[in-house]
Amino acid sequence: MDLNYGSQYEDFKIEVQDFCKEWHGINFSDAAKTPMSQNFESNGKTIKRSEWQSILIEKGYTARSVPKEYGGYGGESDIIKNRIIATEFSNAKIPSAMGGQGIDMLVPTLLELGTEEQKKQYIKPTLRGEMIWCQGYSEPNAGSDLASLQTKGELIDGNWVINGQKIWTSTAQFSQMMFCLVRTEPDAQKHAGISYILIPMDTPGLEIRPLVDMTLKPGFNEVFFTDVTVPEGNIIGKRGEGWAVANATLGHERGALTDPNATMNRVNSLINRMKKETIDGKRLIDIPVYRDKLIAIQAKVTAFQSNSLRVLSSKINKGQDTKIAGMIQKLVGTELRHELEGFAVDIMGELGTLYEDSPNLRDGGSWQFLYMYYLGLIIGGGTSQIQKNIISERGLGMPREPKVQGN
Amino acid sequence: MYFGLSEDQIFFQENVSKFLEDQSNLDVIRKITEGEANEIQQEIHDGLLNLGLSSLLIPEQYGGLGLDLLFATAVSQSLGEGLGPIPFAGSYIMAPLAIMHGGNKEQKNNYLIKMSENSMRIGVGFSEYIGARDNANISINDNKISGRALFVIDAKDASHLMFSDKNGMIGIVESSSSGIEITELVAVDKTRNFLEVQLKDVDIDILELTSTSKEAIDKSIDAGRIILAADSLGASQALIDKAVEYSKERKQFNRVIGSFQAVKHMCAEMAADLEPCYALVWHAAHCFDNSPDESRLMACHAKSHVSEVSKTIGKKATEVHGGMGFTDLMGVHYWFKRIGVNRQTLGAPEVIREEAARIQNF
Ligand SMILES: Cc1cc2nc3c(=O)[nH]c(=O)nc-3n(C[C@H](O)[C@H](O)[C@H](O)COP(=O)(O)OP(=O)(O)OC[C@H]3O[C@@H](n4cnc5c(N)ncnc54)[C@H](O)[C@@H]3O)c2cc1C
Repeated sequence: MDLNYGSQYEDFKIEVQDFCKEWHGINFSDAAKTPMSQNFESNGKTIKRSEWQSILIEKGYTARSVPKEYGGYGGESDIIKNRIIATEFSNAKIPSAMGGQGIDMLVPTLLELGTEEQKKQYIKPTLRGEMIWCQGYSEPNAGSDLASLQTKGELIDGNWVINGQKIWTSTAQFSQMMFCLVRTEPDAQKHAGISYILIPMDTPGLEIRPLVDMTLKPGFNEVFFTDVTVPEGNIIGKRGEGWAVANATLGHERGALTDPNATMNRVNSLINRMKKETIDGKRLIDIPVYRDKLIAIQAKVTAFQSNSLRVLSSKINKGQDTKIAGMIQKLVGTELRHELEGFAVDIMGELGTLYEDSPNLRDGGSWQFLYMYYLGLIIGGGTSQIQKNIISERGLGMPREPKVQGN
Repeated sequence: MYFGLSEDQIFFQENVSKFLEDQSNLDVIRKITEGEANEIQQEIHDGLLNLGLSSLLIPEQYGGLGLDLLFATAVSQSLGEGLGPIPFAGSYIMAPLAIMHGGNKEQKNNYLIKMSENSMRIGVGFSEYIGARDNANISINDNKISGRALFVIDAKDASHLMFSDKNGMIGIVESSSSGIEITELVAVDKTRNFLEVQLKDVDIDILELTSTSKEAIDKSIDAGRIILAADSLGASQALIDKAVEYSKERKQFNRVIGSFQAVKHMCAEMAADLEPCYALVWHAAHCFDNSPDESRLMACHAKSHVSEVSKTIGKKATEVHGGMGFTDLMGVHYWFKRIGVNRQTLGAPEVIREEAARIQNF
């Protein structure tokens, strides 16, 4: 066991810490007004979100291993440096780099499987936050059973002509582009008939209808396609290989959903809240039942954090087997976060249910918001039940789900 | 950066596991718990002492191996997994640590050398320090100890016993001293022994530094908790392995029960609950060895969280085995019970969580 990152990282850590000091209290002129998972103290410089992103790329604090020619920093991929950046930013309460489905999922996919032209065209504006992407996978009849999707793509005169419907498409209303799974080989076996196609959201025939979610914040959408036509070259990978292309990025998504350090920050915010909040004049932190549950959750989050260190270690040390430790992260991380946020609502009682711009709101209503939001993440990106199927089948070697005829 | 057990630790761990598989299979365990295999139990104990189990933590200058707690934690996992029917947490972890941190030079020389030579073994009675039940109480005055210790671990056949008063003052008595009355308790887990000890004006050797400092008692209890957590970790892994294996063989409705999703999900839940416990327990041991500031809280978290997880696994793994799980035949209950006793020893989860809250000044 050796938890030191090594002397070669000490300088880097200090560099990042200095950077965080310099930018402490930074504020965005164009920040979205949703309750954030972290409470940034905004008393410093005010700049645009995209400017911040450019600064971070220039320093190599994001897009670190993306080649320069595609708009990245052009450094070696270094998991430990990424970790140091994430930790220091979160300790200093400095906003991290932009994320989202374009940066977290599409860029790695393009780097791995895109053509030179595609990389040149899409990566740079995506990294800079100028091109926002949404993920067009799920359909009304294809959620967990994603491979049964039916949105149809036909190659006609050098163009893909697409008809059908997607649903639960997050951020479609803000996006310039969609990466989309489309059935292009109707006669092929289920998984072999899908292609991965890039679609500009302003293409004629593409219609976005907002779908209000539980949180009542702008979340996901339905997207309808009527003869939506895009060039043949907008495909990533070959015809019929879309399933493999998509699977290359689902892993990235699941990792991005559950940051244990952010979860621990929430535990600490909760502790602060419990020291301030009272019932019958008694501080919540002094009430044995609440203390007990708080510490139980803190212990779980600690375990989850340690688990992620172990997973990190296996990425650096070849041969270290942490298969199950990696596989459980989506399930454990989202369930744990939901439990934590829900516990905060519970201990605040009626006050915990206040929402939007209600008087007496606590922490911007973030506890109630994230309590619901994380229920969404328990379902999205592969439900908890699907995760359990994966863990039992691929982790524990138990029998696969039986195939039903016609599937 | 490397987060995990080292090759040496894994090697040692596997040796212990192999030894237990060979010498202490379920039939042997059954006989031991029925009180019909005292000699075999002694042989198992001796065999493990040959591997060095009693002197893992004792510094080399006293004839020990001078290893760290993470190493001992790795070993403890194997003992839990293989139901090791021997003293460990008390005699070989807590007692030497108490002496190492609380004894003066002479006491260290006096005790640690003999302990590493296995001519002395100490049972540990700290329950009253952590939370006295049934009005049990220990008082130490003028180098005499009186009172009652209700749940002394690793004490059967031990040459010496170690107690603490409410202030964390620790002392050692000879088990054969006059004024000591020993009563054997019967806990559900019979792979290990627990005694009640009554003391009346018994001569006691007080570890010198413990009259002014709590370091020794803290270190000793933190380590004991981490070691018990590791034991439950190993026991829980054994249960999951057994449940998964059984589910792939047992058929109902013309299918192996492992193909029923209800069963698969129980197994996946057990794995998802347990896996982070490895990292937590190792991390706690690492903090014990390297970062004392975090160590107490980490030990509390490890013990309380693993206790909760293991309890659930004890239940679910038994359920996966159906009626067979409830029989003595299958032996699942040995791990269930071992986990049950680990959970209460050195503080049940609620007790420990309150302590964790205080450590953080809540
Ligand atoms: C907040 C949020 C954001 C999302 N964002 C996007 C997005 O941007 N792009 C996109 O394409 N999709 C998105 N989704 C869709 C998401 O991927 C699907 O909702 C999810 O995969 C589940 O599919 P479903 O909704 O059809 O549920 P269903 O598959 O109908 O599941 C219903 C219930 O049945 C259970 N179930 C289904 N199959 C099995 C099985 N084999 N074994 C056991 N239980 C099973 C499920 O666990 C669940 O409890 C988002 C969803 C949410 C909630």
